[in-house]
Amino acid sequence: MNKILLIIQREYLSRVKKKSFLVLTFLVPVLFIGMFAILGYLAVKGDDLGDDKKVQVIDMSGEFAGKFVNSPTITYVYSTDNYDSAKAHFIDNGYNFLLHIPPASSGAEIELLSEKKPSATTIDAVENNLSRIAESRRLKLAGIDTAVLAQAQKRITVKAKQITAAGEKDAQTYTAYAIGFLSAFLIYMCLFIYGTQVMRGVIEEKVSRIVEVIISSVKPFQLMLGKIIGVGMVGLTQFLLWIVISVALSMVGGSMMASKMSQSGQVQQVQQSMAAAKGANNVKTPDKGMSAIMESIESIPVVYTISCFLFYFLFGYLLYSAIFAAVGSAVDNETETQQFMIPVTLPLIFTFALAQSFIINNPDSSLSVWLSMIPFTSPIAMMIRIPFGVPAWQLALSMLLLVLGFVFTTWVAARIYRVGILMYGKKASYKELARWFMYKE
Amino acid sequence: MISIRHIVKQYSGYRALSDVSLEVEQGTVFGLLGPNGAGKTSLIRIINQITAPDSGEILFNGEPLSRIHTERIGYMPEERGLYKKMEIGEQIIYLARLKGLSRAEALKRSKYWFEKLEIQAWWNKSIEELSKGMQQKAQFVATVLHQPELLILDEPFSGFDPVNAELIKNEILELNRNGATIIFSTHRMDSVEELCDSIALINLSHKILDGKVKDIKNSFRSGTYRLDYEGSKASIGDDAPFAVVNDTSSESHHSLTLRTQEGKGPNDALRYMLPLVSVSRFEEIIPTMNEIFIRTVNKQA
Repeated sequence: MNKILLIIQREYLSRVKKKSFLVLTFLVPVLFIGMFAILGYLAVKGDDLGDDKKVQVIDMSGEFAGKFVNSPTITYVYSTDNYDSAKAHFIDNGYNFLLHIPPASSGAEIELLSEKKPSATTIDAVENNLSRIAESRRLKLAGIDTAVLAQAQKRITVKAKQITAAGEKDAQTYTAYAIGFLSAFLIYMCLFIYGTQVMRGVIEEKVSRIVEVIISSVKPFQLMLGKIIGVGMVGLTQFLLWIVISVALSMVGGSMMASKMSQSGQVQQVQQSMAAAKGANNVKTPDKGMSAIMESIESIPVVYTISCFLFYFLFGYLLYSAIFAAVGSAVDNETETQQFMIPVTLPLIFTFALAQSFIINNPDSSLSVWLSMIPFTSPIAMMIRIPFGVPAWQLALSMLLLVLGFVFTTWVAARIYRVGILMYGKKASYKELARWFMYKE
Repeated sequence: MISIRHIVKQYSGYRALSDVSLEVEQGTVFGLLGPNGAGKTSLIRIINQITAPDSGEILFNGEPLSRIHTERIGYMPEERGLYKKMEIGEQIIYLARLKGLSRAEALKRSKYWFEKLEIQAWWNKSIEELSKGMQQKAQFVATVLHQPELLILDEPFSGFDPVNAELIKNEILELNRNGATIIFSTHRMDSVEELCDSIALINLSHKILDGKVKDIKNSFRSGTYRLDYEGSKASIGDDAPFAVVNDTSSESHHSLTLRTQEGKGPNDALRYMLPLVSVSRFEEIIPTMNEIFIRTVNKQA
């Protein structure tokens, strides 16, 4: 037992002391936060970043003049010039576009002329302006009061509520989406990262031949388990540091941004655009919007979700890393791992692909339930389902199956591992692996 | 020290050891000899409990070999290896602690050995930065640091330059004088002949011969001698107490290989030759281990 601790210690320290660990630990949160910062910045200032466009409008119908609404990047200027002379000179006069509206009676089409290809957003903006003006004109002609109409057309939003023992509560579907997806993604990524690290470690020991010295002191199983646990602890350490650094960075960055935004009075704009992005119009005033977001974060059962996440990360990792260790023991270098890696990683990739499209939209379908039971797919599938609520018996069964799956794969992997690490220069086939598995102690 | 009893090890497709039994006496240097693929490494791995035999048993000082004995055995495999990126000092302490030493004790002893082998300046270097000879020395230190009662060395001198090979040989002999039992394994059968008290010859999974080196050599003596002389060629008559097996002559130098006849010894041969020629060299031809091996294999075949 004492010797396993020694092995864990070495595996852990030798990795944590590496420069690449430090780089990864600090780089990932910075990149993450940086990405969000850029997205946030674009959301706030995106309009300002686009180049200003000037549109010269020649309105021969007389129905549109004076009714265009300027946007931050598009300015409309009316002109009474002759179409042909305007067409010849609008670029020289500093305009990017020439919008020609022929007389209504002519039946000709409205044209937008420019030197370069106009962007889709510009065309959209111009079309929206034209349609809006035309629509209100037609409504007026039909004798409909636009104010009455706007009242009548007001969008209805559904407030999703779950009936729980404690009464009704907000369903917070979008929060569930985000939490489920994020945790499944983290598990998916980390199973790969740390599983591969275990495999590399096994190959390194085999290639350098030190494995023979070590297993003359400890059992192969102890070495394998020590390595798996050591690398797993590196993973947990990295998670912890990521969380701490991310929280620290986002608190600093967030307060800086908030103070800046309130100065420039942009908070309102951001929240409105956020609300629009969520597709829900239930945010009326900025104050309410902020509290709605806070409320939805508070609505997540934090301890429950994090405990489930840690459980599925830990046992998913243990299950897969045992297999990765067996794969590492069967080969002489990393390039040979391909033939074994595909069947090992296929369930992960398959589940993750399904997770994004199917499971997240149908968390209680029978396929989702099955995937969240099978040990090879449950770490990802269950994490997607958990934010939407999972019956306790399903969660318990899934966890039990995962633990059993871990015990089983570790047992199988260890039997292959103990033979594989001593087989040098032999290209192993599946048949060979089966034979190794059958060798007696 | 070690009793190996009726060990059988079967791999899929071939048999590595068939019914091998050996006795290694306390405090001796034991040579495990045989060509490549004979089964030496399989046997060594079984003694180190890296693999288990299909049948048979091994006794360590009379007790059945078990995990508790690993701390009393030191093993240097044929394929040397240490962690490439790990600092050499830390690495040796780690390996010693796996053998049950405390950190403090491991540190003290490794400092002693590093000074003795003059590699103390390399304590903080990683293995990658070391020359091959340095790596070998480090590996040797890792093998002996926990003061094993039984030292198992697989091809110990391969990869060493002659100077370091001599250095390591002397260290091994000193450990032996201090009480350690040593098992050498090698396919170059003549290389450890002079070091070993006892040997076992293994061929194609079978033990074909074992015993004390002295006894084995004696049993393979055939009364064959080599006699060199200078001057003109002597004519040896039928009355000589020996038969000439081989006669190579150059201008003034002659070399005879002769076998004494029943009941006659080297003195009789010399007495016969001395009046005839001026003898410059006379010695008994003792078969080398290699020859003994070939003869034994041929005899069996």
